[in-house]
Amino acid sequence: MSDGGIEHHDYDVLVLGSGGSGLRAAIAAAEAGARTGLVCKSLLGKAHTVMAEGGLAASLGNVAPEDNWATHFQDTMFGGKYLNNWRMAELHAKEAPDRARELEHWGAVFDRTPQRTMSQRAFGGHTYKRLVHIGDRTGLEMIRTLHDKTVHSDVEVFMETTITRLIKDGERVVGCFGYRRQTGELIAFAAKALVLATGGSGRIYKITSNSQDCTGDGYALAFEAGAQLVDMEFVQFHPTGMVYPPGVAGLLVTEAVRGEGGILRNKDGERFMERYDPKRMELSTRDVVARSIYTEVKEGRGTPHGGAYLDVSHLDPDYVKRKLPSMYDQFLELAGVDITKEPMQVGPTCHYFMGGVKVDPDTGATRVPGLFATGEASGGMNGANRLGGNSLGDILVFGRRAGEGAAATANASGAVSLPAEAVADARAEIEGFLHGSGTENPFHMHRELQKIMGDGVGIFRDEEGLTEAIGKLEELDARVANLRAPSDRLDYNPGLQLCREVRNMLTVSHMIARAALLREESRGAHSRLDHTGYSDYWGEHNIIVEGTGAHDMSLTPTPVVKRDELEELVEARKEAEKAS
Amino acid sequence: MSETIDLAHAPGPRKLQIWRGDLTSGELVEYELETEPGMVVLDAVLEIQRSQAPDLAVRWNCKAAKCGSCSAEVNGRPRLMCKTRLDHLPADQPITVEPMRAFPLIRDLVTDVSWNYRVNKQITPFTPRENLKPGVEVNAKGEFLIDQTDTDRMSEFRKCIECFMCQDVCHVLRDHRLHDRYYGPRFMMRMASLDMHPLDGVDRLDQIADEGGIGLCNITKCCTEVCPEGIHITDNAIIPMKERVVDQRHDPVLKLLHRTPNKGRIKPPPRSETPRL
Repeated sequence: MSDGGIEHHDYDVLVLGSGGSGLRAAIAAAEAGARTGLVCKSLLGKAHTVMAEGGLAASLGNVAPEDNWATHFQDTMFGGKYLNNWRMAELHAKEAPDRARELEHWGAVFDRTPQRTMSQRAFGGHTYKRLVHIGDRTGLEMIRTLHDKTVHSDVEVFMETTITRLIKDGERVVGCFGYRRQTGELIAFAAKALVLATGGSGRIYKITSNSQDCTGDGYALAFEAGAQLVDMEFVQFHPTGMVYPPGVAGLLVTEAVRGEGGILRNKDGERFMERYDPKRMELSTRDVVARSIYTEVKEGRGTPHGGAYLDVSHLDPDYVKRKLPSMYDQFLELAGVDITKEPMQVGPTCHYFMGGVKVDPDTGATRVPGLFATGEASGGMNGANRLGGNSLGDILVFGRRAGEGAAATANASGAVSLPAEAVADARAEIEGFLHGSGTENPFHMHRELQKIMGDGVGIFRDEEGLTEAIGKLEELDARVANLRAPSDRLDYNPGLQLCREVRNMLTVSHMIARAALLREESRGAHSRLDHTGYSDYWGEHNIIVEGTGAHDMSLTPTPVVKRDELEELVEARKEAEKAS
Repeated sequence: MSETIDLAHAPGPRKLQIWRGDLTSGELVEYELETEPGMVVLDAVLEIQRSQAPDLAVRWNCKAAKCGSCSAEVNGRPRLMCKTRLDHLPADQPITVEPMRAFPLIRDLVTDVSWNYRVNKQITPFTPRENLKPGVEVNAKGEFLIDQTDTDRMSEFRKCIECFMCQDVCHVLRDHRLHDRYYGPRFMMRMASLDMHPLDGVDRLDQIADEGGIGLCNITKCCTEVCPEGIHITDNAIIPMKERVVDQRHDPVLKLLHRTPNKGRIKPPPRSETPRL
């Protein structure tokens, strides 16, 4: 159906985002009987989940029979420095094994144990060998499996479609608006329930492991629609990204390299993790390893290209090629380094957003009626720091729950329609990017934003740097209304795409910088040079972000959401950590 | 592919000739840019987009050779732009960058690859055999029991990142345009991985031979040569399936067996007439 040049569609449930959480949500919604649509910014199967390498954490106990959900829950809470939403960490630990087995039944193929069950590998912060994997391309296996399941479910897919606005009718989200990237044709969706599965926002940093698509669209859209966000100050810098050549700086070097026995050394050949975490060494949590490498480099013990050495050359070359095939190819092709013979050079890279839209753990519902969120777009599960392998479990467990939650809301709801005024507004925004009088170039502004965030809101933070960064972000606020695509053509216009993405990224950057300034302590992925220790107060509080725009963004410390029946497990882990 | 590269030397300026245009008209347009060590073709194309040609259409996403979005023909050969280093290409001539030819052009370097998605939708998904043997094929928790050797065999094909470059160079598709009669190497490989799954319960032979059109492949191995994942598409996927088709269809005894109902394998459901994506 088309109206005034706008293509219209109508669904019970519409899912935005086709990474693991979006696909899992769409499958669940369709299975629950909802007429389901799925919108992807790129082609189907290309989402950022393909980049996940190491594995999916699930306490199957195939390699370590003593493993169980309670230990996984405790590990997740310890990794998150006890700021996690307890219920989310519980649901994740309890349900991940079922979700892993379910993937096998949908055709996923994982590495095996000698007993022919799914094999599991060690990863930082996990007490037992827990990560289901296939070589170092676990994310690709998962996305291909979910992609095939989706196209054979009753889900209609809109590829290369960008959503620029959520549309509300009163207090309720009733749909969204955007355009088809291939043609520039405008498109509007009415939906009784809408699921944000839009991933993170790594592109706010120059050095990032994230795909081009990761521009925080869901965070900004949810914020503008009135949802709350939580834990935005916690940005995970993965300890090991490539540092050279320049074009690939930030490209992920999987934690599986360390899981399989890789050793970190500084330029003097010292195994420096002995000084930072002698117990866990290379398999300490990501926040600790990232800060350790950063500190070594800053104190003059870095490699020629400003990183640390990561070495697997002591391992059998055939084993390395079998267990880490993409890392072997990646270094050989892009850096001219044979990792079976010489060490890699690695340094921290922006990898994951622990924070996100605040949701009801069981259903993925936000506080805005009709709006749901899941996966990296949602917050709470990972607290102050995510353990490796927990994101692939997260997207399955909470993707399914959000899909079912959205379907339940849709099935109980009457028809919805899009208010004409809101649609006209959304249309005007896109037309402004194409034909307005603005003079700001989105490519240039994106670079400026990345510099501000890298300089002031990076791995180590302090009041002065954060305050300066916020000042510079406010200067960008004044200019963002003048963004205009350098070309006004409709078909496949990269400048048009970036205009809205830069606005989203600016909103997200404000949230991160302001929450980082408010949290006067160092915890998990958030490290303040001027507040280096833990604070008792902040150890009990999450920061909630809400408002109506960048100029009206309020931040409120809110007590951590606990659960009485889990108190014993959490206290036991705290005691054990103290004792060691 | 793996020759040692001097990363320290200053690479200097390079010329790229990029195909600009749409279905109605187009031409190679030359751009010059300063390069830096280790730069890949995609870096160069994006820098040109940023500084010289802001409406240059190019599809990319991960820039890590994992998503398979940025396939193009570089110096006449299909490559992932994000995995092709400028200093691996002859320095004394401009680098040409053109869109894939087996698919309809959208604009500049972007092609319409939706046909591939329609083909995928026609392939019957993995369906576990009914009555899996407890303790042998499935454990008490419902987890499959599979050998690592089976996993390795399937896994080679599951490494595919769907860059569609094998489809691009396949003569059946590129030159003869038989998109309606042959699924192409990508989906032969997909069918092979499903067919090799020890617990799959679907009889896929008819689809491989008939709708899939495996007989049209004449084993030139062009697909294998361009695969960025190094998958032996022809030798390990297509040839074994061709042999099986010949055996089953032309051996009178097997032919009879093949037609015998209730042999434990189920027929795929009829495929949808108008696959939608």
